[in-house]
Amino acid sequence: MAKILIDPITRIEGHLSIEIDVQNGKVVDASCIGDMYRGFERIFVGRNPLDANQLTQRICGVCPISHGIASSKCLESAFGIKPNKNGRILRNLMIGANYLHSHLIHFYHLAALDYVDITALLKYNGGDSKINNLKEWAKNELDVKKNRIDAITAVAPFLPRYEGKDFYIKDLDTNISAIAGYVKALEMRMKAHKMVAAVGGRTPHAISLVAGGVSQVPNRAMIREYKKNLKEVEKFINETYIEHVKAVAGAFKNYFKIGTFTNFLSYGLMDQDTENKQFFLQRGVAYGTKLDSFDPGRITEQVRFARYSSGSNLHPFKGQTQGAPGKPGAYSWVKAPRYNGKPMEVGPLARVVISYLSDNKSVKAEVDGLLKVFNADISAVFSVLGRHAARAIEAKLIAAQLWEWLDELDVNGQPRNYFTIPDTGEGMGLAEAPRGALGHWIVMKDKKIANYQAVVPTTWNCSPRGDDGVKGPVEQALIGTPISDPKNPIEAARVVRSFDPCLACAVHVVEGDREIGTFRVC
Amino acid sequence: MSLNRRDFLKLMGGTAAAFAFPSVIVQGCKRALEKASQRLPVIWIQGQSCSGCSVSLLNKIDPGIASVVTEYVSLDFHQTVMAGTGDVAVSVIEEAVEKKRKDFILVVEGSIPTKSDEYCTIGEVRGRRVGVREWVEKLGANAKAIVSVGSCAAFGGIPAALPRDGSGNPTGAISTAQLLKGKPVVNISGCPPHPDWMVGTLLYVLLNKGELPKLDEYNRPLLYYGKTVHEQCERLPDYKHNHFAKHWGDEGCLYNLGCLGMDSGCDIPKRKWVGTFNSCTNCGGGCIGCTEDVFPDYGNRGIFQHLNASREELNKLEHRETIETILKLRDGGVING
Repeated sequence: MAKILIDPITRIEGHLSIEIDVQNGKVVDASCIGDMYRGFERIFVGRNPLDANQLTQRICGVCPISHGIASSKCLESAFGIKPNKNGRILRNLMIGANYLHSHLIHFYHLAALDYVDITALLKYNGGDSKINNLKEWAKNELDVKKNRIDAITAVAPFLPRYEGKDFYIKDLDTNISAIAGYVKALEMRMKAHKMVAAVGGRTPHAISLVAGGVSQVPNRAMIREYKKNLKEVEKFINETYIEHVKAVAGAFKNYFKIGTFTNFLSYGLMDQDTENKQFFLQRGVAYGTKLDSFDPGRITEQVRFARYSSGSNLHPFKGQTQGAPGKPGAYSWVKAPRYNGKPMEVGPLARVVISYLSDNKSVKAEVDGLLKVFNADISAVFSVLGRHAARAIEAKLIAAQLWEWLDELDVNGQPRNYFTIPDTGEGMGLAEAPRGALGHWIVMKDKKIANYQAVVPTTWNCSPRGDDGVKGPVEQALIGTPISDPKNPIEAARVVRSFDPCLACAVHVVEGDREIGTFRVC
Repeated sequence: MSLNRRDFLKLMGGTAAAFAFPSVIVQGCKRALEKASQRLPVIWIQGQSCSGCSVSLLNKIDPGIASVVTEYVSLDFHQTVMAGTGDVAVSVIEEAVEKKRKDFILVVEGSIPTKSDEYCTIGEVRGRRVGVREWVEKLGANAKAIVSVGSCAAFGGIPAALPRDGSGNPTGAISTAQLLKGKPVVNISGCPPHPDWMVGTLLYVLLNKGELPKLDEYNRPLLYYGKTVHEQCERLPDYKHNHFAKHWGDEGCLYNLGCLGMDSGCDIPKRKWVGTFNSCTNCGGGCIGCTEDVFPDYGNRGIFQHLNASREELNKLEHRETIETILKLRDGGVING
């Protein structure tokens, strides 16, 4: 048995490593290791609750809008108010645009280099000047840096990489098209961020997200900037992104059977009412193709294998978390959240599966359409490629929906409801980040934060084993993955990256042994 | 490779650069960059960060990030974008240390934990997990220049903030300069910094063969941090005319809602985010003072409690006629947003 440590897993957000045991060319055991800890929520205690809106966005620079919205909802529930209609829609416009940025960056800039052969540039003989510039650059890098002290960095950041037979797409045209897509997508995700900034004032870390709605008035300048960029980004998604996902899927069909996991959880993506009950993508729980309703009371967090010395299997409302570096047997800074005692996958695949099973007509049409292309049945979605396809489907449907929300805005109208901060209060805010289910909880005393806690997507996906020894979703998905060369375990990296891990989020957890209180369920 | 004067000025800070950078540098820049071998090697290490600075870097416009990475710098190591994984990735920085490379700029994003190396590690070398502290110390020893991007690396930021219960910072997080005592470190503060500030500073170092730009007392390039948000604010006329917003979303100066523009050196109201019309102050939320060394603590004040300013502090304000207005608003009850 070969034990392989892949440290660091790059092209994800944050610090993660994976340890796998390989037997007869297949993964038989896996551990997911969170390598960074900041003690974030403890720092929030004693501050003005309004600071949470800004501070929590710094949990993650890739999906700060999700944290900003979860914390706004959390404060609203503690203050006893709701956002107005404009506020709700403006938030959807902001988070929707951030999804487009996040999904594009994930496919092209984080995941694609596991499939696309960047060295195909050197074989290019066509007439595209941009591609030829890149080719010249790559050739020049190899020439100039040869024998130099920094030879290893020739064509950085695209080389060095895992090298092996059949690791990358062979077809020259597909590679060149995907490389052009990589470059174009850099511009497109930036344009998606123009859309976020138009509503948010700034991105990453939007300024305009406040309790009651947002501070940006939906004026003509905002709407014009937003529409101009949405048009371009949507075109790229529909004409290029979707096609590249299909091309990768066509070249790596075996990944419809690799990386399988079948428990799913979603809090519901983007509010269609101000009561947090109707969603653009549905709230729920699914075990394979069996749908169940969601009950926040069934969430617990376990720490037997995480570096914390405090009580285990507690509801996050009552979480006790005491950091314990060097705890025997523990291997990660990520805790192990469980729903109904089970590990759950969260993220695009969870949202798409739950919406599909909830009879969401547009999701059904997209999923069935893609399955037909690949002549596959629904079980194919529980896979590495299923995750990439779910992301692409989400991007397409969100882009189309954003136009409808723009039309529903009360132009130049109030962007929010007002509030008064009560002396005491408790609140919960549930949202969906691009990477999955995100919950914030607050307890206020004397107009200050007495406790604040967030349970975030990657904590679910990259969780270590639970108290019962059952592995987390990424760990289970790795089991059975074929590894052709233990020195170049690209197959394992493909499985991990398909979850789009975000480790800054996962390991911000509370330290300290206070009870966080009991909460209303929205 | 083409970098005309217009591009260069944009890169270095819009029109203000015309005053700050003599044309001889602009001319020299093109010559210096013509040889690909002159591309500036960058080793970018992430400590206790949220990756927001890196995401902000990707929002670079004119030139876009693709041309920055292929024409101006050589991004030798950056965990979020590099193709290499695991040992293949770590070998780049391992070699840089072992071969005592001196040709690169070390960029640090995120703070550095000192209570235990286990709080943040990158890779394994000869069976041992290596803490980010050790990487920064070893790479920093030989780097041509050291640049801290973002307020976490520059000043400690949120990971270094103090819990109000007096229990001390959970991880002993410190800034790059605190770790590398005695070494010159350029701070590109901000949460996140604007991409022009990051790329502009790297280019300055490239063009001046490792020499650093003119810095303020917090070691930030004066070009970007030399004036306050307030001085450059879109809402400055409102302030001068005693027109104050009472709620987020109102028209008027945002001072009473906790805007920290008077205390913060930053050119965002002029530069704007991602090439749009919008900025922190324009959108109605206000400046949260993220470029300053006291962010986010401000003593015990926090971000959104500007109304706690003393009468003495108010008396120092530029436009004395506004003081009474502010005090009157205060007497009418604290505005909760």
